[in-house]
This record gives sequence, C-alpha cells and structure tokens, in this order.
Amino acid sequence: MALLEVRDLRLSFGGLKVLHDISFSVEKGAINSLIGPNGAGKTSLFNCLTGFYKPKGGSIRLGGRPITGLPPHRITALGLARTFQNIRLFKEMTVLENAMSGQHCRSRHGIVSAILHLPSQRREEENIRTTGMRWLDFVGIQQHAHRLAGGLSYGDQRRLELARALASTPELILLDEPAAGLNEREKLDLVHLIRRVRDETGVTVLLIEHDMGLVMQVSEKIVVFDYGQKIADGTPEAVRADPRVIEAYLGTED
Amino acid sequence: MTEARILPAAAQPRLMRWSVVLPALAAVACALVLPQFANAYVTEVATTALLYVVLCLGLNIVVGYAGLLDLGYAAFFAVGAYTSGILTAEFGLNFWLTIPVAMAAACVAGIIIGAPTLRLRSDYLAIVTLGFGEIVRIIARNLDITGGASGLIGIERPEIFGFKLMQVQHFYYAFLVLALLTAFVCLSVERSRMGRAWFYVRYDEDAAAGIGINRVSAKLQAYMMGAVIASVAGCLYAAKMTAISPESFTFNQSLLILLGVVLGGMGRIPGVVLGAILVALLPEVLRGAGTYRPLVTAVALLAIMLFRPNGLWPDKRV
Ligand SMILES: Nc1ncnc2c1ncn2[C@@H]1O[C@H](COP(=O)(O)OP(=O)(O)OP(=O)(O)O)[C@@H](O)[C@H]1O
Ligand SMILES: [Mg+2]
Repeated sequence: MALLEVRDLRLSFGGLKVLHDISFSVEKGAINSLIGPNGAGKTSLFNCLTGFYKPKGGSIRLGGRPITGLPPHRITALGLARTFQNIRLFKEMTVLENAMSGQHCRSRHGIVSAILHLPSQRREEENIRTTGMRWLDFVGIQQHAHRLAGGLSYGDQRRLELARALASTPELILLDEPAAGLNEREKLDLVHLIRRVRDETGVTVLLIEHDMGLVMQVSEKIVVFDYGQKIADGTPEAVRADPRVIEAYLGTED
Repeated sequence: MTEARILPAAAQPRLMRWSVVLPALAAVACALVLPQFANAYVTEVATTALLYVVLCLGLNIVVGYAGLLDLGYAAFFAVGAYTSGILTAEFGLNFWLTIPVAMAAACVAGIIIGAPTLRLRSDYLAIVTLGFGEIVRIIARNLDITGGASGLIGIERPEIFGFKLMQVQHFYYAFLVLALLTAFVCLSVERSRMGRAWFYVRYDEDAAAGIGINRVSAKLQAYMMGAVIASVAGCLYAAKMTAISPESFTFNQSLLILLGVVLGGMGRIPGVVLGAILVALLPEVLRGAGTYRPLVTAVALLAIMLFRPNGLWPDKRV
C-alpha cells in the first residue's frame, strides 16, 4: 500500500477548474517530485493535501487513512507536514522558537500545568527545546538558534522551514519549491539535505520544483501537471522522453 | 544528527537576566513599602493602579499574546464582580468561595461568546465583543438580582484568618498580591507550549495551522484565560467597593483597559504594567489641567501613537 494515495481529486474556484481528476500515489520512503508550468495547480494540490483547500471531489489517503476534508492541524497531527512556496516563518520569533513550533502537536501540557510548573511539564518543555535544537543542527543552522527568524538569510530561512516541518515528526513531507531563490551552490547543498531527510529520518518526500536539473537528480518518480491535469507520471527518464511533457514545457519555457 | 555538536548551554532556556530581574524586584520592594509613606489618597490611587495592572495583564493575553482585538473586556470584570457581589450579599456565601464560582462563570461566558466568534476575522471579533460588553452591562441594569441601574449594595468585606479587610491599605495589599500572582501566572504561561502557540497564531495563522496548531482552540483558551483573570479582579473590586453598579463596567472601562495594554507596549509584561499604571495615574496627574483634561489626554495619546507606535516600552520583537 502506498503512503499517499490521491484518487480523482477535483478542485475549482467558482468557474475556474484548478484540478481535474488527479490520481497518483507516493510510496513510503520515496523522494518524488511534482512539476509543471506556472499555474498548473501544483501548490493547489498541496493545499488540498494539507487541508487548506477543500476539494470538490475525490479522496486522499495517508497510510491508508482517509484525510480528505480534515482541517490542517489534524492532518499535520496524522503525519503530513509541509513548507510554503513563499516562506511562512514566524519572523518575529527566534529561530529556535520556530523549530520548537513543529512539536506542538506532539506535546500535551496546557495552561494549568504551566502555571503549576509541574515536573512533567518542565520535562516536556526541556524536551521540546532540545528536540528543536536537534532539528536546527540537522539542517545546519544551530548557530543561529537565538536570532530572530526574519533576520536569517534566504537560504537559511528555507532550511528553518524544513526543520520546523520535520519537528512535527511527519511520515510525509511536502516541499513547495524549496530551491526557489537559491544559488547553484545552495542548490547542491539542498539536494544533499533532501537525501539526508529521507535516508536518516525515513521521512518520505514529495517536492514541487521548477529546476529540472535538481528534479532529475533527486527524484525517483515524477508527476507532471499541466492546466490542472496530470499529463505524465513515471521515472525521470520516462518523463523526460514523454512527448506531452516536452510539448507542455516547449509551450511555456524556452 | 551528531549529538556531540550540540552545546548543552545553548539548549537551556534563556537564563533569568539580571537586567530584568533586579528592576522588577526593586519595583516590588517599592510597592511593598508604599503605604507606609503614602497618605490615604495616594494609597487609593495606587490601589486603582494595581487593579488596572491585573486587568491589563489579563487583556494582554487576548490582545498581546493571541492578537485578538477585544473591545468588551470589562464584561468579564463585571461577571466576576456581580457573581461575587450577589453570592455574598444575597446568599451570604464566604467571599473566598465566590472566587472559584466567578472563575467558572467567566469561563462559561468566555465560551459562549468565544466559541462562535473566534472563527471570525479579528475585525469582526472586535464588533462582536463590543456588543457583548454592552449586553452584559444592559442585563445587569435590568435584572432584579443585580440591583438594576442602582446596582448592588452591602457586599461583605472579606476576612482572612479572622482579620477583616477594611482599610485602603488592606485592599492595597490584597490587590498587590493579586497583581503579583497574575504576573507570575502570565509569565509562566507566556514561556510555555500554549503561550508560544498564541504567538504562532498571532504572527501567522496559516503557518500555525500548517504545523499542527488548532487555531480556534488556541484562541478560545486565550480568551478564557483572560476572562478568568478579569473575573478574579472583579471579585476583589466588589469586595473593596462594597457597592457596584453597571456604570463601573461600561465600554469606556473596556477602552481604558485596552489603552493600558497598547500604551505601554502590548505583548510583554513590563510594558503592560507600565501602561496600566499610566492609565490609572493619568486622570489624577491631569487634575490640575481642569477642563483641558480631555484635550491634554488626547494630545498625549496622539504623541505616543506618532512617536512610539509600538508603545512606551515595547516588546523588542515587534
Ligand atoms: N485561492 C484561490 N482562489 C482562486 N484561484 C486560485 C486560488 N489558488 C489558486 N488559484 C488558481 O489556481 C491555479 C493554479 O495555481 P497554483 O498556485 O496551484 O499553481 P502552481 O502550479 O503552484 O504555480 P506556480 O508554479 O506559479 O507556483 C491558478 O490559475 C491560480 O490562479
Ligand atoms: Mg506554486
């Protein structure tokens, strides 16, 4: 059974059909990519998967469990984390506080135990903090832990968003254009980091990316969208050779 | 993940900074000895200031932490005052026992108003809370049990270990204890999982939902905690005044509390305490200005908004 199974997913805004009967799956432990020209509906698909948009029809299953139509926080708790295309950090808070935020759904102490300073609450806080530091270390920005997130370089902000998502201990992580705005060197580091996410933490990765070099290099399977439809789905070699993909890309890019 | 590279010190909570702790201790020490040197008038004004400190700290949870605009906060203050007042005056209940009842009543009121409205965007919320504040006041005006427009009289003075709180000084110390307790509670929660969740929601609701925070529940908890604090302040206020009327809980009162939160710099405790004290002192300081008082107040507020838009003692982050 695949970790993520999307079946006949449909989405529209008013008269505008954004997704037409999308079906695909992601196997556990894979690194897969979702590509397509601007406006193809990639981010909209992520928004459906994570509960930000309510699909018009179809079903989404995570580890066999239906998650269609659940609110975002429930879906995160069930093991699906994401990053955003236009970075959405808590810029006014510290880097560490951002990393700690991911563990909210994995911890339980509330207002009363905080007021009473219960030992179990102190221990949980300590744990949230050290785990946050560990994820900062994983993505390589631990030295910035006590700076404000908004003051980080662009590349480090992307890393922090990844650390925050990983801190929710997901089974599947969705990365929306993680390489956007990075230079060639940073892109190489990112490829390395994405592989480490899968290899060292076992988290399955599905990413949206425009950089074909990066996509071909990192993904085992690629799904291609154009005008809200899936036009291809397969290995990088198969997708690269697919006439419909070539046509879609010739039409929009050079 | 190489454990060895993690510096243990970096993983520790930021240590108490002496630059913050010492001034705070000094302020508390001054507050403790103030009635020994001050006359009854000054002690009375200081007691009012402490009341505003408690109320502003409570509202700060809603406005400063969770980022919700609440224009009817005095309603929860009224719920506490009337609950305690009615239970002591009409039913002869011991003052201290009325506090948990008032807290529970404030919780219920918080849920009734919060649960349906906290899904709304914050500008709608402001209007709904404004309406709620007025409704509570109008209900108090029209019920028999609340004493109608003239209010409740003959509220019992509380006793503690056989000692009856009577004089201005007694209530000054009672409010000081409540203010310190409230500050401790706020500080504890601010630095906890739920406190951080409020800040996440305030800074970016979508990102907060995306990392697994139930935003409606987080907002509701902030709202209820704010309500509970106001209700406890209300209990002690009723006991101090021995008589309360709907006119103590007007929209103006809500605005003054909000002003205290915003004036000092919402979000963090020192700024809010400063704002609360200013709100209580301003009318006294400006007594000499006579009929020009509203003008002077307005100009002072405008100047603050222009030159210190984040408050007099803002949270460094904002
Ligand atoms: N909330 C919304 N309301 C109305 N239309 C929307 C909304 N979100 C997306 N769309 C539309 O859906 C279509 C797909 O947008 P989407 O952002 O999913 O594309 P994308 O593949 O992520 O593109 P890009 O590569 O530029 O990020 C676009 O035509 C967009 O205008
Ligand atoms: Mg997109």
